[in-house]
This record gives sequence, structure tokens and C-alpha cells, in this order.
Amino acid sequence: MIKEEPKIPRREFLETCSRKIPGWLVIWATFEADQILLAQEESKYDPTQHNYAMGIDIHKCIGCGRCADACKKENQVPAEPVFFRTWVERYVIPTEGETRVDSPNGGIDGFPELKGEKDILRTFFVPKLCNHCANPPCVQVCPVGATFISQDGVVLVDETYCVGCRYCIQACPYGARYLHPTKKVADKCTFCYHRLTKGLLPACVEVCPTQARVFGEVGKGSSPLRRFLRFNDVTVLKPSLNTEPKVYYAGADGEVR
Amino acid sequence: MTGLPGISGYIYPNEFELQWGLLIVVYPYLTGLVAGAFILASLERVFNVKVLQPVYRLALLTALSFLIVAPLPLLAHLGHPERSYEMFLTPHTQSAMAMFGFVYAWYLMVVLLLEIWFDYRKSIVIWSKEKKGLSKYLYKLLTLGATDLSEKSLLFDNKIGKIITLIGIPSAFLLHGYVGFIFGSVKANPWWSSVLMPIVFLFSAIVSGISLVLLIYLVTALVRWKQLNMACVNRLAELLLYALIVDFSLELLDFIQRLYESEESIAILSQMISNRLFISLIVSQIILGSVIPMLAIVLARFGKIPDEMRRMFYFAAAILVQVGIFSTRWNVVIGGQLFSKSFRGLTVYKIELLGQEGLLMAGLLLAMPFVILYILSKILPPWSEAELKVSAS
Repeated sequence: MIKEEPKIPRREFLETCSRKIPGWLVIWATFEADQILLAQEESKYDPTQHNYAMGIDIHKCIGCGRCADACKKENQVPAEPVFFRTWVERYVIPTEGETRVDSPNGGIDGFPELKGEKDILRTFFVPKLCNHCANPPCVQVCPVGATFISQDGVVLVDETYCVGCRYCIQACPYGARYLHPTKKVADKCTFCYHRLTKGLLPACVEVCPTQARVFGEVGKGSSPLRRFLRFNDVTVLKPSLNTEPKVYYAGADGEVR
Repeated sequence: MTGLPGISGYIYPNEFELQWGLLIVVYPYLTGLVAGAFILASLERVFNVKVLQPVYRLALLTALSFLIVAPLPLLAHLGHPERSYEMFLTPHTQSAMAMFGFVYAWYLMVVLLLEIWFDYRKSIVIWSKEKKGLSKYLYKLLTLGATDLSEKSLLFDNKIGKIITLIGIPSAFLLHGYVGFIFGSVKANPWWSSVLMPIVFLFSAIVSGISLVLLIYLVTALVRWKQLNMACVNRLAELLLYALIVDFSLELLDFIQRLYESEESIAILSQMISNRLFISLIVSQIILGSVIPMLAIVLARFGKIPDEMRRMFYFAAAILVQVGIFSTRWNVVIGGQLFSKSFRGLTVYKIELLGQEGLLMAGLLLAMPFVILYILSKILPPWSEAELKVSAS
């Protein structure tokens, strides 16, 4: 038998170790070990330790539509302007008469200028997405249980299981679901679940230039959402339907629905 | 989504495409006919309305023909029809829709097939002896080996038939009331969400079933060149009138309640009725499908006119009722999706001609039950035995 030469010579290995191990120890001391592992290794992600939710500050939203754009790119949402996991609405409240709402291409290309309209009382933008309800009607009606609440409080669709009956789309009061035109299954916002399990933020939150979207967890003191809920008067959409949404709006007008 | 064709006001972007189209209109229309025809048949059996005897078997076969086709529009509409069996294997018990397979299977297997078999058993045994060639073997197969024609066994057939009908009536109520519940329980949709929905569905089912059996009876008698049993036809028309009155009152009650309560959605719903559903709701469902048939039946049944004329009136009324009931289904299914859940805008429904959910497919599915009924009536003639003997001699 011929003894194989190690790929890294012993001396070099020991030298590297002596240089790097102290650095690792510093990191180890700075953070909790399990936190690092949780963030780095998906297999060690424990969904029971989370309950995700989102806060949206209407006052901060400038209607740039970066969130809707990022969402489409991150999640390969079909490009047509009739499929959105998240979109931005513009509300124009005149001094008299009906409130006008628009959302051209979900706000991705911005909004047309309001020209020559003098009777405007207020305008504001409202980002919309799946509310990840704690009492979701879409989950209730799914005949095969393909849509469900994950252990970490995210409403998801199992696309290998969905039969495409579209009952969930009918049951959603917020218009947050659509039928994927090629997969022929119900599709919706996942809070970028594939990112969450890696310790990353949802794409829409990541790109928001004004931090109008705050992502966090319900019931966790260290979560940014706690601060958002602490310092804002928040409301949810269509509270009378008892869906218990987990997307909280700060500064949402009564006209928002 | 202003700027897209046909849209007025604001709708959520995902609402641009209607999720449930023409096939989902056809589905409650078909199941309604099943339930209605069966309830009519059970009147004869359970409540001993002897005058309806000539249409008893016809009503049963009609119910079966339509029931066989009823799940097909649903299947054709699914994004993944090949996964539909999951509803049986892993039904989500909280879902109203998950129960469809079970309600359907129960109704088909336990109620309709059994009742028809017990009712026809004596005839099948006789045919299996009289007929020749291949049909002899078909009837032999249909006897399922039970060839005993002793008085005791015939009494047993009758008794079991009655028990099945007794189970069948609540089952028929269940079948279509349940379809109503699928819509009525969607709280997100104010046009659907109503406790009256299952009841309205049920009564409209009875209306449609009676009028369909009446139609088929009138037409088959004409085609077969047979004398109509006018007492039976009159009674059918009367029943149709009563059912129409109850159905119309319930729908009116629903309408008045909505207007009076005047909830958040009332503005957009009124807009929808006057802009999008005027023809199908006001003209087709209410005037053509309810008011005119009621007047026609009252006139024909209680006016002093010849039987020929009477039949014409009944025929016209029954046709109009079918148009009206189809419009009712349309207004529920399509109407419920024409307004935005933001209550700020209306969209349009564009029917496609070809394609899996197109007009052609719907037409095919609506024609299929009649083809099945024709074949069934050849195998199991629903005409009264005296009549059959006359034609044989």
C-alpha cells in the first residue's frame, strides 16, 4: 500500500488553524452558538420557534413599487399584470365624492401623475399582500388540505398536492391568491419562506427603501415587529370577517379595504 | 386595475381572471335537476301521489342520467384533474367542498342505483326470460342473480324501495342543499354569503326537476306517439307552480333583506345588478323564468281551455323555467365574481368558445344526460307496464 500524501500538508494545516481558531472563538463568544447554526444550516431550522408577521407603515410608503417588483423576481411570479403576490394601491381621497383607487401593474412601474386635480384631500399608498391570517378562510375551504398554516405561522400552498379547484381563491377576502397560469395550482405570498428558513428577510422587506415594511415575529420581545406594534396604532384589513390577519397596518385609513 | 378592458372602478389585480366559469354554472344546474327529479319521484313513492305514477320511473332515470354527468364539469374545471382522487383519500374535513365526493357517492350508490334496481327487479327478471340474444344476457347480468319472483320477495322489493326513498329524500336535500352551502358559506363574498343559499338552491332544484320531468314526459309522449296522462301532467304543472311560488318568495325575501340591511356591499351589488346582470337576473331569471311561467301555469291549469292548448302552455312554461333556473345558476356563480371584493369595481366575464371550459364543452355536458337517458330508457323502459304490453302486441 502506498501512503497517500494529505491534500493539505500537516504544517500548513496547523498554521491555518492557529491563525483562524481564535477568530472563530471571538464570534462564538459574541453570538449564541445555536443562533449561528440556525441561520447557517437549514436542516437545524426549528419552525416551532417562530410565528411570523408583518407590519406596514402607510405613512412611510412612497409607492415606488420596488417591493412588488422584487417579489415577482424573487418568486418567479408570472409577469402579466394580473398575477401578484404583493402589490401597491394608491388611494386618492377627494374633498368631495368617492375615493379613487388604482394599482397599474401592481405599482411596479410607478403611478401616473395626478394632473390638474385640485380637489384632492389626501393621497397615500397601501402595499397589499397575503395577510397570513391566523384564522384563514382559504385553509378552511381547501378540499384536500393542500393549503395550510405552517408551524411558523405562514400560510402556504403545497403545489404538488393542490388540485386547482380555486375554492381558496374565492374564499380569500383580500384577493391575495391567483391560479398560476402554467402550474395550474393556487399561488400566493409565502413571506419568502425559502429565505426565512435561511434567516433572511422577505424580498419585499429587504428592498423597501423607506422601511415601510417591518418583518418580525408575534410574541417575541426582540423582534422589530414588537417595536412597530408598541409605537403605532395598528389595524388589520376587514377585521369584521374574523380572519385574524397577521399583517398589521399603521396609519391605514378607513377607506382601505 | 383601471385601463384593462371591461373593468370599471378598481378591482384587486388578481381578480381580473374569473376563477369559476361556465362549467361551474353547469354543475349546480345539473345537480339541481338530479335532486329535483328525485324529490318528484319520491312524492309518488312515499306520499302515495298515485296520479304521478306514469312519471315515477322516468323521474328516477332522469335523476340518474343527470347524476352521472354532474361531476364531469367539476373534473374538467380542475387545474389538476388527475389529483381529484385526493379528495377521497385525504379529504380535508373542514372543507365544504371535500364532502362532495362522499355526498355524491352516497347518493349514486346508496340511493339512486339501489332504488332503481329494486324497482325494476321484477321487470328485469321477466325480460331476462323473454328477450333473446345479447340483451337476454344483459338482463341476466342486471338481475345480479336475484331471480326470485315469489310474492314474498316482491313485497320485500317494495318495502326496501320505500325505505330507500325515505333515506333518499333527505339525501336529495343534502345533495343540493350542500351545493348551496359551498357558495353560501363563503364569508368573503357578500353576494354568496347567505344562510338562505342552501334553501334557495333546494327549492330552485325542485322547480327545475319538476319542470324537466314535465318536459321530458311531454316530448317523449309526442315522439312515441302515445296518449298523455293528462291528470298526471296537470298535477306536475300544479306542483311546479307551488314550487315556483316558494322559490320565488325565498329569492325575493333574500333580495329585500339585502336591500333593507344595506350593508357595505350594497352599492357595488346594486351597480352589478343594473350594469352586468340586468339581462340574466331581471329579464331572464325573474321575468322570463319566474313571473311568466307562474302566470302561464295559473292560466292553463285553472282557465277553461282545451287540453291541447294547456299542454302548449305547460311546455312553454317548463322551457322558460329551465332558462330561468340556468340564469339563476349563472347569476349566483358568475355574479359572485363580477364585483371586486374591494367593493370598488366590476369586472367582466368573457366566455370562450372552445377549450376545456368553453361554450362547446358546456353544451356537450348539457346534452350528455339526454343521451344517457335515451340509452337507459332503451334498457330499462320507464313507461307503464300496461302501455308496454299494448305496444308489444
